[in-house]
Amino acid sequence: MERLDNRLGFFSAVPLGLILLLSFLAPLVVVALFSIMPQKVFSLANMPDFSAYSVFFAQGYYRSLLWALGMAFAASLVLFVLCWPLAYGMAKVFGRFSLVLTIAVVMSLFVSENIRLFGWVLTLMKGGLFEGYIRAWTGTGFESPLYNTGIIIFGLVYVYFPFMLFPLAQGISMVPDDTRQAAADLGATRWQILRHVDLPLAAPGIVVGTLLTFVLGAGALAESKILGGQAVIVIADDIETAFTFGQNWPLGSALSMILILIIGGLALFGVNRVDLDAIMGRKR
Amino acid sequence: MDAQNILRLRNVVKDFGTFRALHGIELDIKEGEFFTIVGPSGSGKSTLIRLLVGMEELSEGEIWLRDKRIDQTPANQRPTCMVFQSLALFPHMTVGQNIEFPLKLRKEAPAARRKRALELLDLLRLPQNYYDKRISQCSGGERQRVALARALAFDPEILFFDEPLSALDYRLRKTLEKELKDLHARTGKTFVYITHSLEEAMVMSDRIAIMKEGRFEQIAVADVIYGSPVSRFVAEFMGEVNLFEVTGTPRGAPEGPGLESRLDGKAAGAGLMLAHGEAGTIMVRPEYVRFLPAGQSTDFMVRGTLVGQYALGSRIQYEVETAEGQVLTVEKLREDRFAGAEGAAVVLGFEAEHAHMIRGA
Repeated sequence: MERLDNRLGFFSAVPLGLILLLSFLAPLVVVALFSIMPQKVFSLANMPDFSAYSVFFAQGYYRSLLWALGMAFAASLVLFVLCWPLAYGMAKVFGRFSLVLTIAVVMSLFVSENIRLFGWVLTLMKGGLFEGYIRAWTGTGFESPLYNTGIIIFGLVYVYFPFMLFPLAQGISMVPDDTRQAAADLGATRWQILRHVDLPLAAPGIVVGTLLTFVLGAGALAESKILGGQAVIVIADDIETAFTFGQNWPLGSALSMILILIIGGLALFGVNRVDLDAIMGRKR
Repeated sequence: MDAQNILRLRNVVKDFGTFRALHGIELDIKEGEFFTIVGPSGSGKSTLIRLLVGMEELSEGEIWLRDKRIDQTPANQRPTCMVFQSLALFPHMTVGQNIEFPLKLRKEAPAARRKRALELLDLLRLPQNYYDKRISQCSGGERQRVALARALAFDPEILFFDEPLSALDYRLRKTLEKELKDLHARTGKTFVYITHSLEEAMVMSDRIAIMKEGRFEQIAVADVIYGSPVSRFVAEFMGEVNLFEVTGTPRGAPEGPGLESRLDGKAAGAGLMLAHGEAGTIMVRPEYVRFLPAGQSTDFMVRGTLVGQYALGSRIQYEVETAEGQVLTVEKLREDRFAGAEGAAVVLGFEAEHAHMIRGA
């Protein structure tokens, strides 16, 4: 009986499973195939020549990739340091107040990312909410902090905040209180407890949070465009340009493939090292 | 100031908001002693041990370790250590890393740490190859030993135990109780143990403190607590017991409903005398109560009906209901089993020297 149920379950999952598989895989396959086509063709019926990949190095696209990865890395690092105390509070200290905090953070996701970023532009631009009022009151203005790499990282931190906070809080909640107490009892200082107990035991949450923010940050476009005013070009920007203005699908595809491979590799590496079942609350 | 006392508590009070968990605890624990604090849940024993290791701050009073006052010292600077009820082993470390943890914190050399860890594995009768095992590969009893080894690696002045055996099955608990007592003898350390199980306390301890509602009811060696409890609470907590409420006669002999006494002046010798009209409770343990054959008599006698019998392994337990509706318990070894059938009228008897007077109502 149970086996029949299992089989029926499997069969009823097949149609949707196929659609999902197709809709996830098909674009990937198309992109992969286009990336090996000669430059500026719009058909897959050409001899593969990998020229788009050589352009990646020859025309310096690797610089935008490094910018994207570097800023995503910096944002993940800032997010980790920023979110740890808050996540700790949510998991161990705040109690019912955590729910209020969760709702507040989730609410920010209800508004489109672009609109929120434009909000920051209006706030921070010269003559905007911030500088405008200060100048009106004090008579002296200052340069806008917009349009540099710092503000792009700020934008990434701001937008991807929930993606670090919640996995981290989940990870910290998995650290048993008594192991922390036992470590203290055995003579560990706060820092030693953090290093030897909290960080290793919260590792699944740390890995998930860091991966999410890094992966999303590396492919992010709006922050560098809207807040950064294209002070630096990130790889996602190059990809968009290649597909649109450049009319060079193979180049766009090759750049995408490189980003996908790097991020995919990192994700696999990270996920393999932690027990994801633990954080999903599943017993092994 | 007694030099022999390693730990001294003076008027220790702990309040949680308006609730007073500990009411002015006074306690002296001797160097090298196995001291057990027993009490039902909610008696304050866990609060007390958390105060002693520094996980909780006391509201009033002083804690002295030898000649140092430690009540304001944080847990990580106290030279004491606790084995947790949950054991609180570090799941991400191997057995060896767990044991070496306190040594690593003190920045001891890896070779010295390893040597000490292997010695401790030996002391706790764990095979040397457990050094590289994961905690998840160890059984409950093995984890218990690893937790002990880790605490001993810390080399504490006093080792505290917070009901570490309560989660284990009966047989393993019995084995580990004896091992703990043996370990206590071999290490010569002071052990302070908390449990709700009087059996555990009796097997291991030098002295036992019975705790009730944030106060000590009685602190004494096991035999005294078992044989001469100071209160009904202690008497009932320390196993099966028969209690008779009595008052003093004009001559000072105890007298109560349903209890026939033929003391013939032995009451004074057995410490059972009461002032005229003074209330007390006579206690006798089930193993000292006998079924009297017709014609025999003892110092105290009770009449009743046999209402039940239960096999407890090596012993048989009988329940006898008196005319007053009180149910008494009698225990006999299997070889001395009583032949009577249920519903039979029986006479129970016990001698004055086996009875104990709990004074006060």
